[in-house]
Amino acid sequence: MLNAQGLHARPADMVARLARRYRSQIEIVKGNERVDAKSVLGLLTLGAYQGIQLTLYAQGDDAEEALDALVDLFERELLEQEKRAAEEE
Amino acid sequence: MKVLRGIAASPGVAVGEVMVLASEGYRIPRRLAPRAAAENELARLAHAVDAAAQEMIAHRDAVTRELGKQYGAIFSAHELMLRDPQLHAEVERLVREKRYTAEYAVSRTLRRYAKVLQSMEGSLAERTNDIYDIEKSLLRHLLGRNREDVANLTQPVIVLSTNLTPSETAGLHRELVRGFATELGGMGGHTSIVAEALEIPAVVGVGRFLAQVSGGEKIIIDGHEGLVILRPDRETLARYEDEAERRRQHAVQLRPFWNEPAVTADGVRIRVCANIEFPEEVKACRVRGADGVGLYRTEFLYLASSTEPTEEDQFQAYRRVAEAMHGAPVIIRTLDLGADKIPSAHAAEEKNPFLGMRSIRLSLRHPEMFCVQLRAILRASAYGDIRMMFPLVCKLEEWREARRMVSHVIEELEAGQIPCNRQIPIGMMVETPSAVVMLDRFCDEVDFISIGTNDLIQYTLAVDRSNSDVADLYHPADPAVLRLLNMTVQAAQRRNTPVSVCGQIAGPHYLMLLLGLGLREVSVAPSAIPEMKRVCSSLSLDACQTAARAALEMDDARQIETFLKDELTRLAPQLAPNAP
Repeated sequence: MLNAQGLHARPADMVARLARRYRSQIEIVKGNERVDAKSVLGLLTLGAYQGIQLTLYAQGDDAEEALDALVDLFERELLEQEKRAAEEE
Repeated sequence: MKVLRGIAASPGVAVGEVMVLASEGYRIPRRLAPRAAAENELARLAHAVDAAAQEMIAHRDAVTRELGKQYGAIFSAHELMLRDPQLHAEVERLVREKRYTAEYAVSRTLRRYAKVLQSMEGSLAERTNDIYDIEKSLLRHLLGRNREDVANLTQPVIVLSTNLTPSETAGLHRELVRGFATELGGMGGHTSIVAEALEIPAVVGVGRFLAQVSGGEKIIIDGHEGLVILRPDRETLARYEDEAERRRQHAVQLRPFWNEPAVTADGVRIRVCANIEFPEEVKACRVRGADGVGLYRTEFLYLASSTEPTEEDQFQAYRRVAEAMHGAPVIIRTLDLGADKIPSAHAAEEKNPFLGMRSIRLSLRHPEMFCVQLRAILRASAYGDIRMMFPLVCKLEEWREARRMVSHVIEELEAGQIPCNRQIPIGMMVETPSAVVMLDRFCDEVDFISIGTNDLIQYTLAVDRSNSDVADLYHPADPAVLRLLNMTVQAAQRRNTPVSVCGQIAGPHYLMLLLGLGLREVSVAPSAIPEMKRVCSSLSLDACQTAARAALEMDDARQIETFLKDELTRLAPQLAPNAP
């Protein structure tokens, strides 16, 4: 989890929206908590903060693409977004 | 079951079903649906979700056009949440397994999420507003034209809300709102006063708790202890129902005093009058044998709407009260509010509102507004025994200026041949140390005085009662306050100026003290009148005087309080708080 604010408001939306693009069932696991990656409420209440280890599981015919896209989102996009937001201030 | 602690705003106990009042008050009509109806409930839900989603998309597009993508995104986020698979799974489970109605299942689930988010750190708490919005939206679509709101209640409920303004409180239907509780609010606020006037048990300042309740649940409001009990277990429920029964019995015990005048054990007549806010309360006063209206708080005419009340509005209200009291005196207090509550006053924010532009100062600073009120009071004086009283008079100049304005208005009315009582008795409230200290001079000019104990205590001890940090320094039995009360009564008696108390009377022990200091008239909430009479009948003035004299010798507030309570128990054990 690289984003400083953890899985907060807009990032959570972005994750859910992306996950929904895929047909596979996708889950995010933190410790022994498990949520549906397509559920905003689930993501918000997961309480994921910076530095925490998250594991992604996907099952279905587009599982690989889904995982690739999500990992990409976490690593690049969310960090970019934060940088941009900081510059705007 | 969960017990929450707030501030006891209005006494009484209420047990009932929750109605959560949002800004559009929706009441969830039923918690459970018949077993076979699950599919139907889910179909209704699906329909409502679609309708709500459509609405959100329409909002998003409109807002994006007006304000840009960033703002429109808020509605996209709402729509995303609305379609959340976990949310739907949970709601469906509740409908199928627990037979909840779609409304109750939606509310219950969303509030559970809201509660979790609220307890998390950072900006997540703001997302709870989104959740409430979605709840509102879904409920609106589910309930459609059948939505019930506070104005259309058909079943008794307990109203829960973030906050209730005095006028919203006043608008609560007495028969059907058994009690209420709010997240915000403090002691002695106008909302509490209204609740007490309407005799609706209430607890305020509970803090955030609405996320933990859903419409239709069982709840207990304990307006004596300031408790809100969610989903009470059987034992607690039984205990409260017993308690309610005990209080009903107590009320029955007080019944004989309703029609009796208040007389002490040694035969001295005490006048017990009523504090009211609305003409509708007069009935409660008369039924309890009030000797008059000792304080008609006119603020509520100003608080009830966003524009100032016209002369006609005020005149009608004052006249109604005068006539309904059938010749018993009615003391009307002129506007006792701060500038922040008066639209035309264009008030800047005050650092110390209690020491600021309020009450008689405000009236004198806005003579056009003041004259409107004076005219209304004077016109009404032709219809009953109306008397006028000015709040927060600190200086002789203020009194004199106000008095001059009254003369001016009388002349105006007489020139217009409008009937009024030229000899209308005019008095003042004694609420500040300066008034007490100058009382001998005031008594030369006023027709009567009334001690506002609440404010007198605050201004004397320099304590803001609503500030929880210092609230425990506020003491009605503080020795300084006792000396000022004593000075006031002595000065008034020396000049034959009628004196009464119209602040809060902290209990039977305090009434004993007041009687002992020489007071023969008090004004209290109508619901408290029978108890006051009962206390009087149980005490002799001799004993009260002895107690008061002893209290005046002490210099510690807590010591005085304990002493007074012990004395009361000794003199009249049947009056002690835990007496059967």
